[in-house]
Amino acid sequence: MIWKTLKLWFHKLGSPPLFSQFARRVSPWLWAGFTICLVVGVYKALYVVPPDYQQSDTSRIMYIHVPSAWQAMLTYVVMAVLAAIALIWRIRITEIMAMACAPIGAAFTLICLATGSIWGRPMWGTWWEWDARLTSMLILLFIYIGIMALYAAFEDRRKAARIASVLVLAGAVNIPIIHYSVEWWTTLHQGQTIRLIGESSLHSSMLPPLIWMTIAIKFLFGAALLDRARNELLEQDQSKQWVQRELQARGMARA
Amino acid sequence: MVIVNTLLSARQLTFQRHGLNVFQPVDLALNPGHAIVVQGSNGAGKTTLLRLLAGVLEPSDGEVLFEQDPLFHGHLPAVKGDLSCRENLAFERKLGASSVSIASALLQVGLAGLGARPARSLSAGQTRRLGLARLLVRTSPIWLLDEPYASLDADGCHQVDQLIHQHLETGGGVILSTHQQMPDLQHPIQYLAVAPVGNGCPQGASSDA
Amino acid sequence: MPEPSSAKPRPFLALLQRDLLLSIRRSGETLLPLFFLFAVVILIPLGVGPGPNVLSLIAPGMVWVAALLSSLLALDQLFRSDLQDGTLEQWFVGHSSGWAQLLARLLSHWLVSAIPVITFSPFAAIMLHLPVDALPILVLTLIIGTPALSLIGSLAAALTLTTRGAGGLLPILVFPMVVPLLIFATGAVALAAEGHASSAHLGLLLAFTILNLTLMPLAIRAALKLNLE
Repeated sequence: MIWKTLKLWFHKLGSPPLFSQFARRVSPWLWAGFTICLVVGVYKALYVVPPDYQQSDTSRIMYIHVPSAWQAMLTYVVMAVLAAIALIWRIRITEIMAMACAPIGAAFTLICLATGSIWGRPMWGTWWEWDARLTSMLILLFIYIGIMALYAAFEDRRKAARIASVLVLAGAVNIPIIHYSVEWWTTLHQGQTIRLIGESSLHSSMLPPLIWMTIAIKFLFGAALLDRARNELLEQDQSKQWVQRELQARGMARA
Repeated sequence: MVIVNTLLSARQLTFQRHGLNVFQPVDLALNPGHAIVVQGSNGAGKTTLLRLLAGVLEPSDGEVLFEQDPLFHGHLPAVKGDLSCRENLAFERKLGASSVSIASALLQVGLAGLGARPARSLSAGQTRRLGLARLLVRTSPIWLLDEPYASLDADGCHQVDQLIHQHLETGGGVILSTHQQMPDLQHPIQYLAVAPVGNGCPQGASSDA
Repeated sequence: MPEPSSAKPRPFLALLQRDLLLSIRRSGETLLPLFFLFAVVILIPLGVGPGPNVLSLIAPGMVWVAALLSSLLALDQLFRSDLQDGTLEQWFVGHSSGWAQLLARLLSHWLVSAIPVITFSPFAAIMLHLPVDALPILVLTLIIGTPALSLIGSLAAALTLTTRGAGGLLPILVFPMVVPLLIFATGAVALAAEGHASSAHLGLLLAFTILNLTLMPLAIRAALKLNLE
């Protein structure tokens, strides 16, 4: 029963006009959720949590760094699931959404790398350290870039999305292996690694802002994904009737 | 329509590019001794239809049924330029186990005596002829010929008709596309017009979802 | 979808024979990876200095990086000539799944591009002052690792088959996926050079190759079919 309604719901969302409507209605709520969580999270991170006794105020960059890192990886998982659905059932919306994930994931990866580098400067005394997590993130960034470049390299958008989806899935198998191999490599070459966040150094007072920021970033991801997917859909279908109708309804029809 | 005798059939066959159907849905049934001529202007989707029938492309909707693998003679001759004509056919023959010898296949397509030449050195028309010789050294009752008359001279076109005639005589079936030269056969010919789908077609709810 | 094993042996051998024959006819292109390997091995001492200490330290990495980069050279034409002469679409005509053709091509590509590099890698390593004791391990890592390398490269070649600016994309797609290969392989050689056992690295390398052998052909075939559309 639940499966049936779910399937029906899925089928409905697979139709471009309905998806566009859904995205238009839902995305403002996600943006609102993002704003609220961000304000609360930033306030707590900057004013409520006392400065770290070793790292003083530097450690506050963690509240952006860590949620971005999580989201960078989670985005790949979402993208891989969407890509698998796109390849198996050939649902166009999932093709578009999977491809919309790539730039968002790349952005979070880049934020993670940038904040990691800024954080590392006072900690390690260098802008770049071959730390396992940062190295994995750097490779993840290149995987995202490869997916985006491949998607951009074909004329037919649907064919492009399906071919890039094959790469997404190949990457999904490889990413955990890359991650662990890099971790192994750093332990072998450096012996002891200096971690930005040690397992024990996460004080309980640091948890609430971290959670708020994590939720904020989830909202941001959802909103960005819906908006991107809807924009791509409107652009691809701009000559089709449903887009014309939607534009007319909002007084934006082209002459 | 008797299914048992049908060599190849297609039902409501469509293919999409850029999210649009390339042509209106196609239904067809190919019977032994029959030829189907696919007609349509440039870009109407004749090649796409033949590649769908051959199984190279997966249809967006509908299905193609055949018992025995068809032979597909495409736009591109599937000839390796670095191999000689004889080597090309010898390789194909290993896959097909035909009773026709390589020399006789070369003779029938008008390439007698050119067996040792590297395929790279052949002219466009000769390369097409070598591609046709593939049909002889591999056996299948179903021939799918995409523009078999392209780049051929009058003599070559006549030879194509001869090949098709022989094939139909022995109970085979042929589907061929052409936009200029019409086949000259004594056998029943069906004509199938491929109608392109114009731009701005109604696409309210996407059919592929 | 039939399993790869359902491919009949006879067509497979005919296909392999033809692919090898074609590679031999184009031996100029086929041997490019080998020349590239030696170009790197000659350039590095010119760049970092001929000191045996530095060279022997970086030798495992350099030989492997050179092998990785050289493998990119042969990839662009792996499926492209078949696309251009119409052979590729013949792979999928009728009930043919294309498995025999694909596996024959992958095997012939590995034989032709990797075997020369593996054969001459000890000379390259000696030129970079890698300790002689580590040579067998180097060759072993290449034997175990190059099939995975070839498969990853083949996937990239299949994915980019009909792209607009084809060649440029290949390295971007290949490089992230060969990271584990490089880490396991050079780790094994470096340990052997220091006189330690390297079986853990070799085991992981083998596991990585087996994983690629099972999954990559599926992805390559899917990519080829999608590119034919």
